[in-house]
Amino acid sequence: MWYENLRSIYYIALKDMKTYYLKPPAISWGIIFPVAWILAFYLRNPRNFEELVPGLIAMTVLFSTTAMEVVVINFELRIGSLERLLLAPVSLSGVLLGKVLGGTIFGLMITAVITIASVLSLGLFNVNILYLLLILLPSLLVFSSLGALLCVLVKEVFEAQTLANLPRFLMVFLSGVFLPISSLPPVLKQIAYILPLTYTVDGIRQSFGGAGDIAIAIDIVVLVALIPVLILPATRLLARRFV
Amino acid sequence: MVKAIEVSRLSKTYDGVVAVDGISFEVETGEVFGFLGPNGAGKTTTIRMLTGLSRPTAGGARVLGYDIASEMVKAKKGFGVVPEQSNMWDELSGRDNLIFMGQLYGINSHERKTRVEELLKTFGLYERKDSKFAAYSRGMKRALTIAAALVHKPRLLFLDEPTVGLDVVAARALRAIIKRLKESGITVFLTTHYLEEADMLCDRIALLVKGKIVAIDTPISLKAMAEEKPALEISFKTPLNKASDELGRRLTGMAVVRVDDKILIYGGDADIVLHAILDYATENGTQVAAITSVKPSLEDAFVKLTGLSPQVMAVEKGGR
Repeated sequence: MWYENLRSIYYIALKDMKTYYLKPPAISWGIIFPVAWILAFYLRNPRNFEELVPGLIAMTVLFSTTAMEVVVINFELRIGSLERLLLAPVSLSGVLLGKVLGGTIFGLMITAVITIASVLSLGLFNVNILYLLLILLPSLLVFSSLGALLCVLVKEVFEAQTLANLPRFLMVFLSGVFLPISSLPPVLKQIAYILPLTYTVDGIRQSFGGAGDIAIAIDIVVLVALIPVLILPATRLLARRFV
Repeated sequence: MVKAIEVSRLSKTYDGVVAVDGISFEVETGEVFGFLGPNGAGKTTTIRMLTGLSRPTAGGARVLGYDIASEMVKAKKGFGVVPEQSNMWDELSGRDNLIFMGQLYGINSHERKTRVEELLKTFGLYERKDSKFAAYSRGMKRALTIAAALVHKPRLLFLDEPTVGLDVVAARALRAIIKRLKESGITVFLTTHYLEEADMLCDRIALLVKGKIVAIDTPISLKAMAEEKPALEISFKTPLNKASDELGRRLTGMAVVRVDDKILIYGGDADIVLHAILDYATENGTQVAAITSVKPSLEDAFVKLTGLSPQVMAVEKGGR
């Protein structure tokens, strides 16, 4: 049973890569949007740009994964093909995990390109690759799962994209992407610590040798713990659509 | 032998509205079982419960011997489903759609390739195997959706309104395919609101009205029920809008139904019926154009058993 579920998760993710990776919403929100922000910040202040790199990589993780979840879940909810997946001998959680994996792989590809380009162009060779992977991999899963959770609440692609923008922009402004958390007012600082992107930005910053606000081990533990915290309600909400 | 489907007091309620109301029935292995009823009767809801897409409010069922509440994943390995909507993936080719379905069912790559080619040829899609699903005609999409449900060689096939939206030629081709499936030993559970389709294809038919089964039998037995009291078809020289209502009031205990500009009267004594018609025509200043004894059909059985007009079936789905 578990083997059959794993096989289905793999094939669903593979099919999603083949089917949806070139869909306009995935390209515009998952690739063009983070790249445009990175270029805008680089052109504005190229001298201290490396300070912004951890935040911009984290933002790429956030946008690429959530944009792909919108496509892989809401396109299929709209045309009814998600139901076809549920008619196959795979559990509902298996279908959802396949969708999360599809978003994770897309996010990994985009984030890898942005990270490697940043390292090579800015000469950031002091990066701790192990730490970076230990932060990026759970982060990709966390934001894919967050995307899945938001996407199952609505049916249409545009509704999901709008809904996803609320936590996206909240996190971009409060999680230390552009401003250090230490500079935030106390109330906003408290909010920042409940946002998953805070732990991603902090962990990536430490991977690049910068100073963090939280021990990197805690960043990793929080991110790993958030994966089931987001996937379980997403599975429940998806199941409620088929009650 | 294990029954293909055993349903016991199955019910489904949505927000207080009863969609399926305590239905019980059995489907024998190897038969084509028709679920016939107007739009909104609960046909699709029943299929959704039997295939794991919806949870029953009460009652239960076994599909291929597996309990739908606790063993659905096992049951899914043995059945295929063709939903009313052809919901394959637009971005994938016909061939890739079938390959993906084969992958989901764990068919090994060699067998998958052979099976996919075989199905593409069977359904006349081989020449267009590399075209995207989005580029297929409606009939081709339907054919591929059925092929996708057969990739894993199911023992039971659920077909939800298989010919809805198809042109006459495509619908006829599809019915021929369903007959072939039966010949190959596959049990078919078919929902339809087309009376002639059910008559043509099904070994047994359940008539479903407002979530309840009002009759289950073979088409011949259902027609025999109607045959006890023959139907008369009457047309007046001047079509009278309220003729069916007025005659219905006068001919108590008989079913009076208007179909286009004709009136069908089921049951009752012919002498009483003829007098009532002639009186009505005289009172309304018209004459009877024709009176015909209508050959009993499944439509007659439907009218007699459900009390509904056969037009309900066509009108609610937009007709054909």
